[in-house]
Amino acid sequence: MSDEHLPEPAAAEAAAPGAEVRARRTGMFGVRGSGDTSGFGGLRRDVVFPAPAERPFGGWYDAVVDTLEAAVPGGVAQVVVHRGELTLHVHREHLAAAARALRDEPDLRFEVCASVSGVHHPDETGAELHVAYHLLSMTHNRRVRVEVTCPDADPHVPSVVATYPTADWHERETWDFFGIVFDGHPALTRILMPDDWPGHPQRKDYPLGGIGVEYKGGTIPPPDQRRSYT
Amino acid sequence: MTTTQGGRPSDPYAAGAAGDTEGADAGRVFTVTGQDWDEVVSGVGEGLDAERIVVNMGPQHPSTHGVLRLVLELEGETVTEARCGIGYLHTGIEKNMEHRTWTQGVTFCTRMDYLSPFFNEATYVLGVERLLDIEHDVPEKAQVMRVLLMELNRISSHLVAIATGGMELGALTVMTIGFREREQVLDLFELITGLRMNHAFIRPGGVAQDLPDGSLAAVRDFVALMRKRLPEIAALCNANPIFRGRLEGVGYLDLEGCLALGLTGPVLRSTGYGWDLRKTQPYCGYETYDFDVQTWDTADSYGRFRIRMNEMFESLRIVEQCVARLEGLEGAPVMVADKKIAWPSQLSIGSDGQGNSLDHIRHIMGESMEALIHHFKLVTEGFRVPPGQAYVPVESPRGELGAHVVSDGGTKPHRVHFRDPSFTNLQATSVMSEGGMVADVIVAVASIDPVMGGVDR
Repeated sequence: MSDEHLPEPAAAEAAAPGAEVRARRTGMFGVRGSGDTSGFGGLRRDVVFPAPAERPFGGWYDAVVDTLEAAVPGGVAQVVVHRGELTLHVHREHLAAAARALRDEPDLRFEVCASVSGVHHPDETGAELHVAYHLLSMTHNRRVRVEVTCPDADPHVPSVVATYPTADWHERETWDFFGIVFDGHPALTRILMPDDWPGHPQRKDYPLGGIGVEYKGGTIPPPDQRRSYT
Repeated sequence: MTTTQGGRPSDPYAAGAAGDTEGADAGRVFTVTGQDWDEVVSGVGEGLDAERIVVNMGPQHPSTHGVLRLVLELEGETVTEARCGIGYLHTGIEKNMEHRTWTQGVTFCTRMDYLSPFFNEATYVLGVERLLDIEHDVPEKAQVMRVLLMELNRISSHLVAIATGGMELGALTVMTIGFREREQVLDLFELITGLRMNHAFIRPGGVAQDLPDGSLAAVRDFVALMRKRLPEIAALCNANPIFRGRLEGVGYLDLEGCLALGLTGPVLRSTGYGWDLRKTQPYCGYETYDFDVQTWDTADSYGRFRIRMNEMFESLRIVEQCVARLEGLEGAPVMVADKKIAWPSQLSIGSDGQGNSLDHIRHIMGESMEALIHHFKLVTEGFRVPPGQAYVPVESPRGELGAHVVSDGGTKPHRVHFRDPSFTNLQATSVMSEGGMVADVIVAVASIDPVMGGVDR
């Protein structure tokens, strides 16, 4: 049964204002192109990430955002407060200045960059690749996440190694696994995969790999080819 | 020992194989395989005009603390440049986790830093619980059991750190004693979780299983034993002049260096700064336990050793408090009440070994259709986690261990990235060892205590 026969369902959940639908899940059991006898084929679920927060953000969040905006005008593109964690979305051209301000402004003083990690959202056209920096202020005992995006076609993000030397290996790891080029990194080479490895394994279009396992006449396909719940 | 003069070395991984003349085949290459030191010395003495020697140490070397490759540039016995090569233990755990349910992810991440499995599980599970918004619904007993297991784990991990550190110095007694005591901890783990390592015991929503009978008594006996034995290790090492001579002033890294390079854990605390996430950003109810953060002010390997020693005593204090609390929590739930998240299956010991609990089978097959549905749905499909991202770090024995958990609303993680303290701390190898002696590189790396399973993941 193809999808055209199915009625267009009303929006399942009222998305919060400002939240964008990043993707849509359909069905239940991950079956494509065969008859749907389950009745779940018409199920649709929107993937809605937390909406940008409105002022007041609460607690120390407003002061931090104000100070950063004063230091780097136009630097903060979006503020998300979710589950008590503050995420600052920063345009990549402002990242180097924002990192320096976040470290050096006395009211911010995020002196440690705990972690850099990449995320691949293939459905977000124009911002497929994300980099999340987890900054820690030991002075004020606070944490903030700085998120930068770049399109798959132009995977360049400025390096923060000049501000946070600890980001050296983290950025190499993110380059290794996502193919994000950190401009200005002193030696952006692969770190965990072999030097001559083709591709960037953590991207969603990179297969997990593996072979089917035969047992008593049946074959269990590798994990990324198994039928799974959507 | 084999030597190659110029030309192409037989080792395909030597830099010269790529064809650059400045690489490994530019000079004379010695392949050292052990017990051939005299030949190396005479060979080096013969006709080596240059003072500069590049030594490739590892990845298979008993003193590099795992499959770590150190590229050392030497002038005489002084290290002028030290570089790390990592990735030899990369297993793709983060990628694999994206293809399994949220609960199955625990089974993968427990194998990363194999000396502190409970911390890997805890940071991942805390992140998932934050995304599920059930942080405050996790039962008290589950939190106390997590703290109990993590603190026992901290003791076993620090024992290995001291044991292997001692072994790398040539102090084999320290190694045998350390591993002997660690075995006591692993026995407790086996009693409580069923496995010595790779437990997958801390699950989203609580822990997998209640405490078995007699486990609190076993933990009490263990604490009593360690109160006797830890001072023995301390007496053997603390004031030992050889130990002090090898460790003091070696691997120096001050507070500014630690912050710039992101070092946490005993290395940071050895600078005198008492940053411990259990105190500063408590999780699992650590704010309700009575313990002290251990610091030292020498910023060297000896300070880190003493901090690990002292932290084991503090962990014993916390373990005692956990045991006292667990005595009053007998029969309390260890999993959230929400049946759409709580892992349903229970295990028990039957005549043919560990398997599904017959009581649970009877319940789902004969008593409750609802329970059967929940069991089936959770085991086959798993639960869905609302979209978003979370980062809940914990204080692992090596420093800040965090999991950046990203969900897109599915039954599987969209992305999990682990901020492993070993990975970050290993960056300090160059700073700690350049300008020192070759033998001190070993001490500096041992004082960082990297676990390559965590570094490479």
